[in-house]
Amino acid sequence: MATADEARSRTWPSLVSARPRVNRWSALALPAVVFLIAVFLVPLLAMALRSVTDPPGAGLSNYQQFFEQQAYVRVLTNTFWVALLATLTCLVVGYPFAYLMTIVPGRVAGLLLIAVLLPFWSSLLVRTFAWQVLLRDTGVINRFLLDSGFISEPLTLIRTTSGVILGMSHILLPFMVLPMYAVMRRIDPEYSRAAANLGASPLSAFLRIFIPLSLPGVLAGCLLVFVLALGFYITPALLGGLKDQMISQLIVQQITQRLDWGFGSAMSVLLVAITLTFLFVASRAVRLRDLFGSTTEE
Amino acid sequence: MSDSWRQPRRILMAALGALTVFYLLAPTLVIVPMSFTNAQILSFPPEGFSLQWYEHMLTDRQWSTGIVNSLIVGLLTAALATVLGTLAALGISRGRFPGRSLVNGLVLSPLIVPVVVIAIGMFGLFVQWKISGSVLGLVLAHTALALPFVVVNVSTSLQTMDRNLELAAANLGADPRRSFMHVTLPIILPGVVAGAIFAFITSWDEVVVAIFLTSARFRTLPVEMWEQVRQVVDPTVAAVSTTLLVVTTTLLLVLVFVRRQAPA
Repeated sequence: MATADEARSRTWPSLVSARPRVNRWSALALPAVVFLIAVFLVPLLAMALRSVTDPPGAGLSNYQQFFEQQAYVRVLTNTFWVALLATLTCLVVGYPFAYLMTIVPGRVAGLLLIAVLLPFWSSLLVRTFAWQVLLRDTGVINRFLLDSGFISEPLTLIRTTSGVILGMSHILLPFMVLPMYAVMRRIDPEYSRAAANLGASPLSAFLRIFIPLSLPGVLAGCLLVFVLALGFYITPALLGGLKDQMISQLIVQQITQRLDWGFGSAMSVLLVAITLTFLFVASRAVRLRDLFGSTTEE
Repeated sequence: MSDSWRQPRRILMAALGALTVFYLLAPTLVIVPMSFTNAQILSFPPEGFSLQWYEHMLTDRQWSTGIVNSLIVGLLTAALATVLGTLAALGISRGRFPGRSLVNGLVLSPLIVPVVVIAIGMFGLFVQWKISGSVLGLVLAHTALALPFVVVNVSTSLQTMDRNLELAAANLGADPRRSFMHVTLPIILPGVVAGAIFAFITSWDEVVVAIFLTSARFRTLPVEMWEQVRQVVDPTVAAVSTTLLVVTTTLLLVLVFVRRQAPA
């Protein structure tokens, strides 16, 4: 991600250039940079250091311990699996919705956008708690099904993988819809019209014109949802069972219950490394701006 | 394009849209009527009508100090994040310096790193710095989480503003400071206000970092709720949930209003 400025700084300082290398506005970024280094970056680096020095002389033993224990690897596999299922659910539910937002009149689209943004900005804990109330054995869904005679025994909905997926998809759906909508909105409707003029059926115009053009948004949405899902803690803790444990829960457990800072730090470093790897791979396919640019638009 | 094909498709799309809106909104809203129940347990549909759980929330010492703590941390976070973030947005948008994209990445990175990792990293160090379990520690942590939202919002305002207005101010004899205070700042103010609101909401709703950086003597509302949710749940939790939602929603509506007022 080399900017022109960086490129310039690496070449021989140009004496003829009238533009100074650093201008006065630049200093304004300094307080935030110092702040983030002290409060955000240093703690993360200290943790990375701890993962190889706690217990003293640990080296890579904490990492080794993780991959040697089948139970830990299973938590990691489960984390990927749950994140993948949540991503697919969001895609299936979110794609038609984002498409709908682009074809309805502007005022309706505005209302649909509010329906996406309200949950986006409301408390994750409250929404997870709501799902707990819905899914429990004595919860709203079971009560309704029992009262209406569809079932005679309450269904087991909470402490299941489906419960976790349902809750996580609900929370992550806005992160899928917003980047897709941002891309779909920029697709010129003339393309589809041109396809129709050339004899394509609406369905084939949709499949061969609209869907391919919307793929950058799909990719951005899927990536964002997947990466965020990997780090989920509250929702699997409240809606999942023991076998649904995700890596974040394991990290918290190691730190707060076993006080094993070295091992917990090693897993944290692993989680960050996995997250950054996905983002790096994706940054070649997707403009990262599409990920975050749209969330505060409008 | 035969109408016989289009009509069912439209109905299907409308139905899908309605279902999705239902999925997005209904599960959360179910909590609201439950908070007004007369019964001693959470039930739906709620029985009777009563404000007793709100009364309990406001009179119970733990819940009420939780509200006060959340408000204090949220307001301080909003203030600090708005100042740091607005300056950073100016520096990044208008500055020219080596490593600018690196700085941009650093500012956005709190959005990417899993929040549990941030929480544990800060907890480990803040304990040593003796600011864990204090207002200061939590405000610093929440400010880091909220900064990206301020920077993105203010940057958007800066990119869309017409810089000729500043040149005009300079031509009319305004020095840079005066031009900034009387021309630039009023124009980007909606972005700054939006950033401040998002920063407050970020702190107001945040629970994972707060779980680690609070103590039994100093808890915010979401942490208090987290402790309760895992034990016996009485309808007070529904009242607390509704309170959290109402504050956030009100602020978002204020935001929509601010944006409407903004020059296009």
